[in-house]
Amino acid sequence: MTSARNIKNQVYGWLLLTPAAILLVTFTHYPAIATLAQSFFSTGTVTRPSKFIGLDNYRSMLEDEVFWQVLENNIWYAVGTIPISIAIALLMAVWVNEKLPLRGLVRMSYFTPTILPMIAVANIWLFFYTPEIGLLDQVGALFGAPSHNWLGDTDTVLGCIIAITIWKEAGFFMIFYLAALQTLPPELEEAAKLEGASRWTFFRRVTFPLLMPTTLFVLINAVINSFKLVDQLFILTKGGPDNASSLLLYYIYENAFSFFDQNYASTLTVVLLLALAVIAIGQFVILDKRIHYR
Amino acid sequence: MSATAHTAASAPAVGATRFSFGRMLEVGAAWLLAFLWLLPLIYAFWSAFHPSEYATRFDILAPLTLDNFREAWSQAPFARYYLNTFMMVTSILVVQFILCTLAAYAFARFEFRGRDIAFGLVLVQLMIMPEVLIVENYRTMSELHLVDTITGIGLPYMASAFGIFLLRQTFKTIPKELEDAARVEGCGPIQILWKVYVPLAKPTYIAYGLVSVSYHWNNFLWPLVITNSQTTRPLTVGLAIFSAPESGVDWSIITAGTLLAVAPLLVAFLLFQRQFVQSFMHAGIK
Repeated sequence: MTSARNIKNQVYGWLLLTPAAILLVTFTHYPAIATLAQSFFSTGTVTRPSKFIGLDNYRSMLEDEVFWQVLENNIWYAVGTIPISIAIALLMAVWVNEKLPLRGLVRMSYFTPTILPMIAVANIWLFFYTPEIGLLDQVGALFGAPSHNWLGDTDTVLGCIIAITIWKEAGFFMIFYLAALQTLPPELEEAAKLEGASRWTFFRRVTFPLLMPTTLFVLINAVINSFKLVDQLFILTKGGPDNASSLLLYYIYENAFSFFDQNYASTLTVVLLLALAVIAIGQFVILDKRIHYR
Repeated sequence: MSATAHTAASAPAVGATRFSFGRMLEVGAAWLLAFLWLLPLIYAFWSAFHPSEYATRFDILAPLTLDNFREAWSQAPFARYYLNTFMMVTSILVVQFILCTLAAYAFARFEFRGRDIAFGLVLVQLMIMPEVLIVENYRTMSELHLVDTITGIGLPYMASAFGIFLLRQTFKTIPKELEDAARVEGCGPIQILWKVYVPLAKPTYIAYGLVSVSYHWNNFLWPLVITNSQTTRPLTVGLAIFSAPESGVDWSIITAGTLLAVAPLLVAFLLFQRQFVQSFMHAGIK
Protein backbone atom coordinates (compact mmCIF):
# COMPACT_ATOMS: atom_id res chain seq x y z
CA MET A 1 0.00 0.00 0.00
CA THR A 2 2.67 2.47 1.04
CA SER A 3 4.88 1.68 -1.94
CA ALA A 4 1.92 1.97 -4.35
CA ARG A 5 1.17 5.35 -2.79
CA ASN A 6 4.80 6.29 -3.10
CA ILE A 7 4.96 5.44 -6.81
CA LYS A 8 1.76 7.38 -7.39
CA ASN A 9 3.33 10.36 -5.64
CA GLN A 10 6.41 10.15 -7.83
CA VAL A 11 4.41 9.97 -11.03
CA TYR A 12 1.96 12.72 -10.10
CA GLY A 13 4.71 15.01 -8.84
CA TRP A 14 6.66 14.83 -12.05
CA LEU A 15 3.59 14.96 -14.29
CA LEU A 16 2.40 18.16 -12.62
CA LEU A 17 5.84 19.69 -12.87
CA THR A 18 6.60 18.73 -16.48
CA PRO A 19 4.85 21.53 -18.44
CA ALA A 20 6.48 24.29 -16.38
CA ALA A 21 9.80 22.43 -16.34
CA ILE A 22 9.93 22.19 -20.14
CA LEU A 23 9.47 25.95 -20.54
CA LEU A 24 11.89 26.80 -17.75
CA VAL A 25 14.60 24.60 -19.17
CA THR A 26 14.04 25.91 -22.71
CA PHE A 27 14.16 29.60 -21.79
CA THR A 28 16.35 29.77 -18.69
CA HIS A 29 18.71 26.82 -18.22
CA TYR A 30 19.38 25.89 -21.81
CA PRO A 31 20.06 29.48 -22.99
CA ALA A 32 22.33 30.12 -20.01
CA ILE A 33 24.47 27.14 -20.96
CA ALA A 34 24.22 27.88 -24.69
CA THR A 35 25.41 31.43 -24.02
CA LEU A 36 28.56 30.07 -22.41
CA ALA A 37 29.09 27.65 -25.30
CA GLN A 38 28.52 30.33 -27.95
CA SER A 39 31.08 32.62 -26.33
CA PHE A 40 33.79 30.23 -27.59
CA PHE A 41 32.64 30.49 -31.20
CA SER A 42 32.94 33.22 -33.81
CA THR A 43 29.85 34.87 -35.25
CA GLY A 44 28.99 33.19 -38.51
CA THR A 45 28.31 35.09 -41.73
CA VAL A 46 27.01 33.92 -45.09
CA THR A 47 30.51 33.31 -46.42
CA ARG A 48 32.22 32.26 -43.18
CA PRO A 49 30.36 29.85 -40.92
CA SER A 50 30.71 30.10 -37.16
CA LYS A 51 33.75 28.22 -35.86
CA PHE A 52 35.42 27.40 -32.56
CA ILE A 53 37.88 30.12 -31.60
CA GLY A 54 38.58 29.31 -27.96
CA LEU A 55 39.06 32.38 -25.81
CA ASP A 56 39.37 34.86 -28.69
CA ASN A 57 36.06 36.55 -27.86
CA TYR A 58 37.22 37.04 -24.29
CA ARG A 59 40.54 38.41 -25.49
CA SER A 60 38.83 40.99 -27.70
CA MET A 61 36.46 41.81 -24.82
CA LEU A 62 39.39 42.60 -22.54
CA GLU A 63 40.83 44.80 -25.28
CA ASP A 64 37.48 46.49 -25.95
CA GLU A 65 37.61 49.94 -24.38
CA VAL A 66 33.86 50.32 -24.68
CA PHE A 67 33.37 47.17 -22.59
CA TRP A 68 35.46 48.58 -19.76
CA GLN A 69 33.67 51.87 -19.94
CA VAL A 70 30.27 50.19 -19.89
CA LEU A 71 31.33 48.09 -16.92
CA GLU A 72 32.52 51.17 -15.08
CA ASN A 73 29.28 52.97 -15.92
CA ASN A 74 27.33 50.03 -14.60
CA ILE A 75 29.24 50.11 -11.32
CA TRP A 76 28.58 53.85 -10.91
CA TYR A 77 24.96 53.23 -11.85
CA ALA A 78 24.72 50.65 -9.05
CA VAL A 79 26.57 52.84 -6.55
CA GLY A 80 24.34 55.79 -7.45
CA THR A 81 20.97 54.07 -7.44
CA ILE A 82 21.13 51.42 -4.71
CA PRO A 83 21.81 53.36 -1.47
CA ILE A 84 19.79 56.43 -2.41
CA SER A 85 16.70 54.58 -3.56
CA ILE A 86 16.77 52.40 -0.44
CA ALA A 87 17.17 55.43 1.84
CA ILE A 88 14.33 57.30 0.12
CA ALA A 89 12.15 54.18 0.23
CA LEU A 90 12.70 53.86 3.97
CA LEU A 91 11.95 57.53 4.54
CA MET A 92 8.77 57.27 2.48
CA ALA A 93 7.63 54.19 4.39
CA VAL A 94 8.21 55.83 7.78
CA TRP A 95 6.27 58.94 6.68
CA VAL A 96 3.37 57.06 5.17
CA ASN A 97 3.17 54.73 8.16
CA GLU A 98 2.50 57.48 10.71
CA LYS A 99 -0.29 60.02 10.96
CA LEU A 100 0.19 62.45 8.11
CA PRO A 101 -2.25 64.91 6.57
CA LEU A 102 -3.28 63.72 3.08
CA ARG A 103 -1.59 60.40 3.73
CA GLY A 104 -3.55 58.52 1.05
CA LEU A 105 -2.57 61.01 -1.63
CA VAL A 106 1.07 61.01 -0.54
CA ARG A 107 1.26 57.22 -0.60
CA MET A 108 -0.31 57.15 -4.03
CA SER A 109 2.23 59.68 -5.35
CA TYR A 110 5.14 57.63 -4.05
CA PHE A 111 3.82 54.43 -5.53
CA THR A 112 2.62 55.65 -8.95
CA PRO A 113 6.00 55.41 -10.77
CA THR A 114 6.03 51.66 -10.02
CA ILE A 115 3.09 50.93 -12.28
CA LEU A 116 4.13 53.22 -15.15
CA PRO A 117 6.24 51.77 -17.97
CA MET A 118 9.83 53.03 -17.90
CA ILE A 119 9.68 53.68 -21.61
CA ALA A 120 6.72 56.05 -21.15
CA VAL A 121 8.13 57.97 -18.21
CA ALA A 122 11.45 58.34 -20.01
CA ASN A 123 9.53 60.36 -22.63
CA ILE A 124 8.41 62.75 -19.93
CA TRP A 125 11.79 62.96 -18.22
CA LEU A 126 13.33 63.74 -21.58
CA PHE A 127 11.49 67.04 -21.38
CA PHE A 128 12.91 67.78 -17.92
CA TYR A 129 16.44 67.42 -19.26
CA THR A 130 16.00 69.31 -22.55
CA PRO A 131 18.32 72.34 -22.72
CA GLU A 132 16.76 75.82 -22.45
CA ILE A 133 13.08 74.90 -22.64
CA GLY A 134 13.31 71.88 -20.29
CA LEU A 135 11.97 72.14 -16.77
CA LEU A 136 15.39 71.75 -15.15
CA ASP A 137 16.79 74.66 -17.14
CA GLN A 138 13.67 76.77 -16.66
CA VAL A 139 13.91 76.35 -12.89
CA GLY A 140 17.66 76.93 -13.06
CA ALA A 141 17.10 80.14 -15.01
CA LEU A 142 14.99 81.51 -12.15
CA PHE A 143 18.13 81.31 -10.01
CA GLY A 144 20.34 82.66 -12.79
CA ALA A 145 21.94 79.31 -13.67
CA PRO A 146 23.15 78.99 -17.27
CA SER A 147 21.48 76.52 -19.62
CA HIS A 148 23.01 73.07 -19.70
CA ASN A 149 22.75 70.13 -22.08
CA TRP A 150 22.18 67.55 -19.36
CA LEU A 151 21.97 64.48 -21.57
CA GLY A 152 24.57 65.70 -24.06
CA ASP A 153 27.34 66.15 -21.51
CA THR A 154 29.41 63.09 -20.59
CA ASP A 155 29.74 64.42 -17.03
CA THR A 156 26.05 64.71 -16.26
CA VAL A 157 24.37 62.10 -18.44
CA LEU A 158 24.84 59.12 -16.11
CA GLY A 159 23.55 61.19 -13.18
CA CYS A 160 20.38 61.90 -15.19
CA ILE A 161 19.88 58.18 -15.82
CA ILE A 162 20.47 57.45 -12.13
CA ALA A 163 17.88 60.06 -11.09
CA ILE A 164 15.11 58.57 -13.20
CA THR A 165 15.90 55.07 -11.91
CA ILE A 166 15.75 56.19 -8.28
CA TRP A 167 12.44 57.88 -8.98
CA LYS A 168 11.12 54.72 -10.60
CA GLU A 169 12.12 52.14 -7.97
CA ALA A 170 11.94 53.97 -4.61
CA GLY A 171 8.16 53.71 -4.33
CA PHE A 172 8.32 50.01 -5.12
CA PHE A 173 10.84 49.39 -2.34
CA MET A 174 8.74 51.55 0.00
CA ILE A 175 5.98 48.94 -0.15
CA PHE A 176 8.20 46.28 1.42
CA TYR A 177 9.29 48.58 4.22
CA LEU A 178 5.70 49.59 4.81
CA ALA A 179 4.65 45.95 5.09
CA ALA A 180 7.46 45.33 7.58
CA LEU A 181 6.72 48.46 9.64
CA GLN A 182 3.12 47.39 10.03
CA THR A 183 4.20 44.13 11.66
CA LEU A 184 6.25 45.89 14.38
CA PRO A 185 4.42 45.84 17.72
CA PRO A 186 3.28 49.35 18.76
CA GLU A 187 4.30 48.63 22.37
CA LEU A 188 7.92 49.12 21.34
CA GLU A 189 7.35 52.76 20.54
CA GLU A 190 5.32 53.33 23.72
CA ALA A 191 8.09 51.79 25.79
CA ALA A 192 10.68 53.97 24.08
CA LYS A 193 8.57 57.06 24.77
CA LEU A 194 8.36 56.17 28.46
CA GLU A 195 12.13 55.82 28.50
CA GLY A 196 12.34 59.28 26.97
CA ALA A 197 14.10 58.16 23.79
CA SER A 198 13.93 60.61 20.89
CA ARG A 199 12.36 59.53 17.64
CA TRP A 200 15.72 59.42 15.94
CA THR A 201 17.21 57.23 18.69
CA PHE A 202 14.20 54.96 18.51
CA PHE A 203 14.56 54.67 14.77
CA ARG A 204 18.32 54.05 14.89
CA ARG A 205 18.32 51.61 17.80
CA VAL A 206 15.00 49.80 17.37
CA THR A 207 13.21 50.24 14.04
CA PHE A 208 16.18 50.09 11.68
CA PRO A 209 17.72 46.90 13.15
CA LEU A 210 14.31 45.23 13.13
CA LEU A 211 13.91 46.12 9.45
CA MET A 212 17.23 44.48 8.55
CA PRO A 213 15.69 41.43 6.78
CA THR A 214 13.61 43.79 4.63
CA THR A 215 16.65 45.90 3.86
CA LEU A 216 18.50 42.80 2.66
CA PHE A 217 15.59 41.76 0.47
CA VAL A 218 15.31 45.24 -1.02
CA LEU A 219 19.08 45.43 -1.43
CA ILE A 220 19.17 42.27 -3.52
CA ASN A 221 16.34 43.58 -5.69
CA ALA A 222 18.12 46.88 -6.13
CA VAL A 223 21.36 45.17 -7.15
CA ILE A 224 19.54 43.03 -9.73
CA ASN A 225 17.75 46.13 -11.02
CA SER A 226 21.05 47.90 -11.53
CA PHE A 227 21.90 45.27 -14.14
CA LYS A 228 18.41 44.92 -15.56
CA LEU A 229 16.87 48.40 -15.81
CA VAL A 230 18.05 49.79 -19.12
CA ASP A 231 14.77 50.69 -20.89
CA GLN A 232 15.22 54.41 -20.27
CA LEU A 233 18.43 54.42 -22.34
CA PHE A 234 16.46 53.63 -25.50
CA ILE A 235 14.57 56.91 -25.18
CA LEU A 236 16.95 59.23 -23.38
CA THR A 237 20.46 58.62 -24.70
CA LYS A 238 20.92 55.39 -26.66
CA GLY A 239 23.97 54.89 -24.48
CA GLY A 240 25.61 58.14 -25.62
CA PRO A 241 27.22 60.57 -25.79
CA ASP A 242 30.42 58.57 -26.39
CA ASN A 243 29.00 55.56 -24.49
CA ALA A 244 29.02 57.68 -21.33
CA SER A 245 25.60 56.32 -20.29
CA SER A 246 25.73 52.83 -21.78
CA LEU A 247 25.12 49.91 -19.42
CA LEU A 248 26.06 46.25 -19.77
CA LEU A 249 22.65 44.91 -20.83
CA TYR A 250 22.23 47.76 -23.31
CA TYR A 251 25.66 47.05 -24.78
CA ILE A 252 24.67 43.38 -25.11
CA TYR A 253 21.54 44.43 -26.98
CA GLU A 254 23.54 46.72 -29.27
CA ASN A 255 26.06 44.03 -30.12
CA ALA A 256 23.45 41.40 -30.82
CA PHE A 257 20.82 43.41 -32.65
CA SER A 258 22.53 46.53 -34.04
CA PHE A 259 26.06 45.27 -34.79
CA PHE A 260 24.83 41.67 -35.40
CA ASP A 261 27.74 40.17 -33.51
CA GLN A 262 25.74 37.59 -31.53
CA ASN A 263 28.72 35.65 -30.27
CA TYR A 264 30.41 38.71 -28.84
CA ALA A 265 27.06 39.56 -27.23
CA SER A 266 27.07 36.05 -25.74
CA THR A 267 30.53 36.68 -24.32
CA LEU A 268 29.27 39.88 -22.69
CA THR A 269 26.22 38.00 -21.40
CA VAL A 270 28.55 35.56 -19.65
CA VAL A 271 29.93 38.52 -17.68
CA LEU A 272 26.39 39.56 -16.75
CA LEU A 273 25.54 36.00 -15.71
CA LEU A 274 28.68 35.88 -13.58
CA ALA A 275 27.66 39.10 -11.86
CA LEU A 276 24.20 37.68 -11.14
CA ALA A 277 25.75 34.45 -9.85
CA VAL A 278 27.94 36.44 -7.45
CA ILE A 279 24.82 38.24 -6.18
CA ALA A 280 23.04 34.91 -5.72
CA ILE A 281 25.96 33.46 -3.76
CA GLY A 282 26.22 36.64 -1.70
CA GLN A 283 22.53 36.34 -0.89
CA PHE A 284 23.00 32.79 0.42
CA VAL A 285 25.96 33.77 2.55
CA ILE A 286 24.12 36.74 4.07
CA LEU A 287 20.95 34.75 4.67
CA ASP A 288 23.03 32.01 6.30
CA LYS A 289 24.61 34.52 8.68
CA ARG A 290 21.25 35.91 9.61
CA ILE A 291 20.05 32.49 10.67
CA HIS A 292 23.15 32.00 12.83
CA TYR A 293 22.58 35.27 14.64
CA ARG A 294 19.05 34.29 15.59
CA MET B 1 4.81 79.95 17.07
CA SER B 2 8.45 80.57 17.89
CA ALA B 3 7.46 83.63 19.93
CA THR B 4 5.46 81.39 22.27
CA ALA B 5 8.43 79.11 22.56
CA HIS B 6 10.69 81.95 23.66
CA THR B 7 8.33 83.32 26.29
CA ALA B 8 7.11 79.99 27.61
CA ALA B 9 8.49 79.43 31.08
CA SER B 10 8.02 75.72 31.51
CA ALA B 11 10.36 73.30 29.79
CA PRO B 12 7.71 70.84 28.47
CA ALA B 13 6.01 73.66 26.53
CA VAL B 14 9.31 74.44 24.76
CA GLY B 15 9.75 70.79 23.94
CA ALA B 16 6.22 70.48 22.63
CA THR B 17 6.58 73.53 20.39
CA ARG B 18 9.90 72.42 19.04
CA PHE B 19 8.41 69.03 18.37
CA SER B 20 5.51 70.45 16.43
CA PHE B 21 7.85 72.68 14.42
CA GLY B 22 9.95 69.68 13.53
CA ARG B 23 6.77 67.87 12.74
CA MET B 24 5.68 70.63 10.35
CA LEU B 25 9.05 70.43 8.61
CA GLU B 26 8.60 66.71 8.25
CA VAL B 27 5.10 66.98 6.85
CA GLY B 28 6.36 69.64 4.45
CA ALA B 29 9.21 67.38 3.33
CA ALA B 30 6.86 64.44 2.84
CA TRP B 31 4.58 66.59 0.72
CA LEU B 32 7.45 68.04 -1.28
CA LEU B 33 8.70 64.55 -2.08
CA ALA B 34 5.19 63.49 -3.07
CA PHE B 35 4.97 66.50 -5.38
CA LEU B 36 8.34 65.71 -6.95
CA TRP B 37 7.31 62.10 -7.46
CA LEU B 38 4.11 63.16 -9.16
CA LEU B 39 5.69 65.96 -11.18
CA PRO B 40 6.42 63.96 -14.37
CA LEU B 41 2.79 62.88 -14.51
CA ILE B 42 1.53 66.39 -13.77
CA TYR B 43 3.68 67.71 -16.57
CA ALA B 44 2.45 65.02 -18.97
CA PHE B 45 -1.13 66.04 -18.25
CA TRP B 46 -0.31 69.72 -18.68
CA SER B 47 1.38 69.26 -22.00
CA ALA B 48 -1.09 66.73 -23.40
CA PHE B 49 -4.18 68.83 -22.70
CA HIS B 50 -2.82 72.16 -23.97
CA PRO B 51 -1.91 73.43 -27.46
CA SER B 52 1.75 72.82 -28.29
CA GLU B 53 2.80 76.47 -27.85
CA TYR B 54 2.10 75.98 -24.13
CA ALA B 55 4.08 72.75 -23.87
CA THR B 56 6.96 74.50 -22.19
CA ARG B 57 5.22 77.67 -21.04
CA PHE B 58 3.16 77.51 -17.90
CA ASP B 59 0.18 79.82 -17.96
CA ILE B 60 -2.89 79.13 -15.84
CA LEU B 61 -5.12 80.64 -18.51
CA ALA B 62 -3.85 78.47 -21.35
CA PRO B 63 -6.77 76.99 -23.32
CA LEU B 64 -7.54 73.29 -22.94
CA THR B 65 -7.69 70.98 -25.94
CA LEU B 66 -8.04 67.32 -26.94
CA ASP B 67 -6.34 67.81 -30.31
CA ASN B 68 -3.09 66.23 -29.16
CA PHE B 69 -4.86 62.98 -28.36
CA ARG B 70 -6.61 63.03 -31.71
CA GLU B 71 -3.29 63.63 -33.48
CA ALA B 72 -1.47 60.90 -31.54
CA TRP B 73 -4.26 58.43 -32.19
CA SER B 74 -4.17 59.12 -35.94
CA GLN B 75 -0.38 59.10 -36.28
CA ALA B 76 0.22 55.67 -34.75
CA PRO B 77 -1.91 52.51 -34.71
CA PHE B 78 -2.68 52.74 -31.00
CA ALA B 79 -5.82 50.62 -31.31
CA ARG B 80 -3.73 47.79 -32.70
CA TYR B 81 -1.07 48.25 -29.99
CA TYR B 82 -3.76 48.08 -27.31
CA LEU B 83 -5.08 44.87 -28.80
CA ASN B 84 -1.58 43.34 -28.99
CA THR B 85 -0.74 44.29 -25.41
CA PHE B 86 -4.08 43.01 -24.22
CA MET B 87 -3.70 39.67 -25.98
CA MET B 88 -0.13 39.28 -24.78
CA VAL B 89 -0.90 40.14 -21.15
CA THR B 90 -3.96 37.88 -20.93
CA SER B 91 -2.35 34.91 -22.66
CA ILE B 92 0.68 35.15 -20.37
CA LEU B 93 -1.54 35.41 -17.29
CA VAL B 94 -3.79 32.48 -18.17
CA VAL B 95 -0.91 30.13 -18.98
CA GLN B 96 1.05 31.33 -15.93
CA PHE B 97 -1.89 30.53 -13.67
CA ILE B 98 -2.22 27.02 -15.06
CA LEU B 99 1.47 26.08 -15.19
CA CYS B 100 2.40 27.67 -11.88
CA THR B 101 -0.59 26.11 -10.09
CA LEU B 102 0.33 22.61 -11.28
CA ALA B 103 4.02 23.00 -10.46
CA ALA B 104 3.35 24.64 -7.10
CA TYR B 105 0.95 21.83 -6.19
CA ALA B 106 3.65 19.27 -7.05
CA PHE B 107 6.21 21.05 -4.86
CA ALA B 108 3.82 21.65 -1.97
CA ARG B 109 2.07 18.28 -1.67
CA PHE B 110 3.90 15.50 -3.47
CA GLU B 111 7.04 13.76 -2.40
CA PHE B 112 8.97 12.73 -5.45
CA ARG B 113 12.61 12.03 -6.08
CA GLY B 114 14.64 15.10 -7.00
CA ARG B 115 12.04 17.54 -5.70
CA ASP B 116 14.43 19.76 -3.80
CA ILE B 117 16.92 19.95 -6.66
CA ALA B 118 14.09 20.69 -9.10
CA PHE B 119 12.84 23.48 -6.83
CA GLY B 120 16.33 24.94 -6.64
CA LEU B 121 16.54 24.89 -10.44
CA VAL B 122 13.19 26.68 -10.67
CA LEU B 123 14.44 29.43 -8.35
CA VAL B 124 17.36 30.11 -10.71
CA GLN B 125 14.89 32.06 -12.85
CA LEU B 126 14.41 34.59 -10.04
CA MET B 127 18.00 35.68 -10.65
CA ILE B 128 18.35 35.07 -14.38
CA MET B 129 15.25 36.61 -15.89
CA PRO B 130 14.50 35.94 -19.58
CA GLU B 131 15.48 39.50 -20.57
CA VAL B 132 19.08 38.79 -19.57
CA LEU B 133 19.24 35.96 -22.11
CA ILE B 134 17.88 37.88 -25.11
CA VAL B 135 20.57 36.65 -27.48
CA GLU B 136 20.02 32.92 -27.03
CA ASN B 137 16.26 33.20 -26.56
CA TYR B 138 16.03 35.05 -29.86
CA ARG B 139 17.94 32.23 -31.52
CA THR B 140 15.56 29.66 -30.01
CA MET B 141 12.52 31.63 -31.10
CA SER B 142 13.72 31.85 -34.68
CA GLU B 143 14.29 28.10 -34.71
CA LEU B 144 10.73 27.62 -33.44
CA HIS B 145 9.48 30.13 -36.07
CA LEU B 146 7.99 32.27 -33.31
CA VAL B 147 9.77 35.54 -34.08
CA ASP B 148 7.26 38.36 -34.45
CA THR B 149 4.37 36.52 -32.80
CA ILE B 150 2.44 37.27 -29.61
CA THR B 151 3.28 33.75 -28.41
CA GLY B 152 6.94 34.54 -28.93
CA ILE B 153 6.72 37.54 -26.60
CA GLY B 154 4.98 35.56 -23.89
CA LEU B 155 6.52 32.10 -24.00
CA PRO B 156 9.73 32.76 -22.00
CA TYR B 157 7.68 34.21 -19.14
CA MET B 158 4.92 31.64 -18.94
CA ALA B 159 6.62 29.27 -16.51
CA SER B 160 7.30 31.85 -13.82
CA ALA B 161 9.54 30.91 -10.91
CA PHE B 162 8.04 33.77 -8.94
CA GLY B 163 4.49 32.45 -9.47
CA ILE B 164 5.49 28.88 -8.60
CA PHE B 165 7.24 30.06 -5.45
CA LEU B 166 4.35 32.27 -4.34
CA LEU B 167 1.68 29.61 -4.89
CA ARG B 168 3.79 26.90 -3.26
CA GLN B 169 4.09 29.03 -0.11
CA THR B 170 0.33 29.57 -0.08
CA PHE B 171 -0.54 25.91 -0.72
CA LYS B 172 1.74 24.87 2.14
CA THR B 173 -0.29 26.91 4.62
CA ILE B 174 -3.52 25.11 3.71
CA PRO B 175 -4.33 22.47 6.40
CA LYS B 176 -3.90 18.89 5.22
CA GLU B 177 -7.16 17.90 6.95
CA LEU B 178 -9.11 19.65 4.19
CA GLU B 179 -7.34 17.55 1.61
CA ASP B 180 -7.99 14.36 3.60
CA ALA B 181 -11.67 15.21 3.89
CA ALA B 182 -11.90 15.68 0.13
CA ARG B 183 -10.11 12.40 -0.46
CA VAL B 184 -12.59 10.56 1.79
CA GLU B 185 -15.33 11.92 -0.42
CA GLY B 186 -13.59 10.31 -3.37
CA CYS B 187 -11.77 13.25 -4.96
CA GLY B 188 -8.63 12.56 -7.03
CA PRO B 189 -5.52 14.77 -6.88
CA ILE B 190 -6.68 17.12 -9.65
CA GLN B 191 -10.14 17.51 -8.11
CA ILE B 192 -8.54 18.23 -4.73
CA LEU B 193 -6.39 20.90 -6.35
CA TRP B 194 -9.37 22.44 -8.08
CA LYS B 195 -11.85 22.25 -5.19
CA VAL B 196 -9.63 22.81 -2.15
CA TYR B 197 -6.36 24.53 -3.01
CA VAL B 198 -7.29 26.92 -5.80
CA PRO B 199 -10.31 28.52 -4.05
CA LEU B 200 -8.37 29.00 -0.82
CA ALA B 201 -5.45 30.64 -2.62
CA LYS B 202 -7.62 33.31 -4.24
CA PRO B 203 -5.85 36.29 -2.59
CA THR B 204 -2.52 35.01 -3.88
CA TYR B 205 -3.91 34.68 -7.39
CA ILE B 206 -5.18 38.25 -7.29
CA ALA B 207 -1.88 39.54 -5.95
CA TYR B 208 0.20 37.61 -8.43
CA GLY B 209 -2.16 38.52 -11.27
CA LEU B 210 -1.84 42.25 -10.62
CA VAL B 211 1.95 42.06 -10.38
CA SER B 212 2.15 39.99 -13.55
CA VAL B 213 -0.20 42.25 -15.54
CA SER B 214 1.65 45.41 -14.57
CA TYR B 215 5.01 43.78 -15.29
CA HIS B 216 4.09 42.62 -18.77
CA TRP B 217 2.10 45.71 -19.68
CA ASN B 218 5.29 47.69 -18.99
CA ASN B 219 7.87 45.23 -20.31
CA PHE B 220 9.99 46.56 -23.15
CA LEU B 221 13.34 44.98 -23.98
CA TRP B 222 12.27 41.45 -24.91
CA PRO B 223 9.17 42.58 -26.87
CA LEU B 224 11.39 45.06 -28.72
CA VAL B 225 13.80 42.30 -29.71
CA ILE B 226 11.24 39.72 -30.74
CA THR B 227 8.68 41.85 -32.63
CA ASN B 228 9.16 43.64 -35.92
CA SER B 229 5.74 44.50 -37.24
CA GLN B 230 2.67 46.47 -36.31
CA THR B 231 0.55 43.37 -35.88
CA THR B 232 2.55 42.12 -32.90
CA ARG B 233 4.13 45.18 -31.28
CA PRO B 234 2.84 45.95 -27.79
CA LEU B 235 2.16 49.50 -26.56
CA THR B 236 5.59 50.03 -25.03
CA VAL B 237 7.44 49.21 -28.25
CA GLY B 238 4.93 51.14 -30.35
CA LEU B 239 5.33 54.16 -28.09
CA ALA B 240 9.12 54.04 -28.32
CA ILE B 241 8.93 54.10 -32.12
CA PHE B 242 6.27 56.79 -32.10
CA SER B 243 8.28 59.09 -29.86
CA ALA B 244 11.72 58.52 -31.41
CA PRO B 245 13.28 61.90 -32.31
CA GLU B 246 13.58 60.75 -35.95
CA SER B 247 9.80 60.69 -36.22
CA GLY B 248 9.74 64.46 -35.62
CA VAL B 249 6.54 64.48 -33.59
CA ASP B 250 6.17 67.41 -31.19
CA TRP B 251 6.12 67.34 -27.40
CA SER B 252 2.44 67.73 -26.81
CA ILE B 253 1.57 64.86 -29.11
CA ILE B 254 4.23 62.62 -27.60
CA THR B 255 2.94 63.24 -24.09
CA ALA B 256 -0.61 62.60 -25.30
CA GLY B 257 0.57 59.29 -26.79
CA THR B 258 2.40 58.50 -23.57
CA LEU B 259 -0.77 59.06 -21.55
CA LEU B 260 -2.71 56.88 -23.98
CA ALA B 261 -0.24 54.08 -23.41
CA VAL B 262 -0.36 54.26 -19.62
CA ALA B 263 -4.04 55.17 -19.23
CA PRO B 264 -5.64 51.72 -18.68
CA LEU B 265 -3.15 50.70 -16.02
CA LEU B 266 -3.14 54.14 -14.40
CA VAL B 267 -6.93 54.29 -14.20
CA ALA B 268 -7.08 50.77 -12.80
CA PHE B 269 -4.47 51.72 -10.23
CA LEU B 270 -6.33 54.87 -9.16
CA LEU B 271 -9.59 52.93 -8.81
CA PHE B 272 -8.15 49.94 -6.96
CA GLN B 273 -5.24 51.63 -5.23
CA ARG B 274 -5.54 49.72 -1.99
CA GLN B 275 -5.77 46.40 -3.80
CA PHE B 276 -2.69 47.20 -5.88
CA VAL B 277 -0.57 48.26 -2.94
CA GLN B 278 -1.64 45.26 -0.89
CA SER B 279 -1.00 42.90 -3.79
CA PHE B 280 2.53 44.14 -4.27
CA MET B 281 3.06 43.83 -0.52
CA HIS B 282 1.57 40.35 -0.40
CA ALA B 283 3.72 39.23 -3.32
CA GLY B 284 6.83 40.77 -1.80
CA ILE B 285 6.83 39.40 1.72
CA LYS B 286 6.05 35.76 0.98
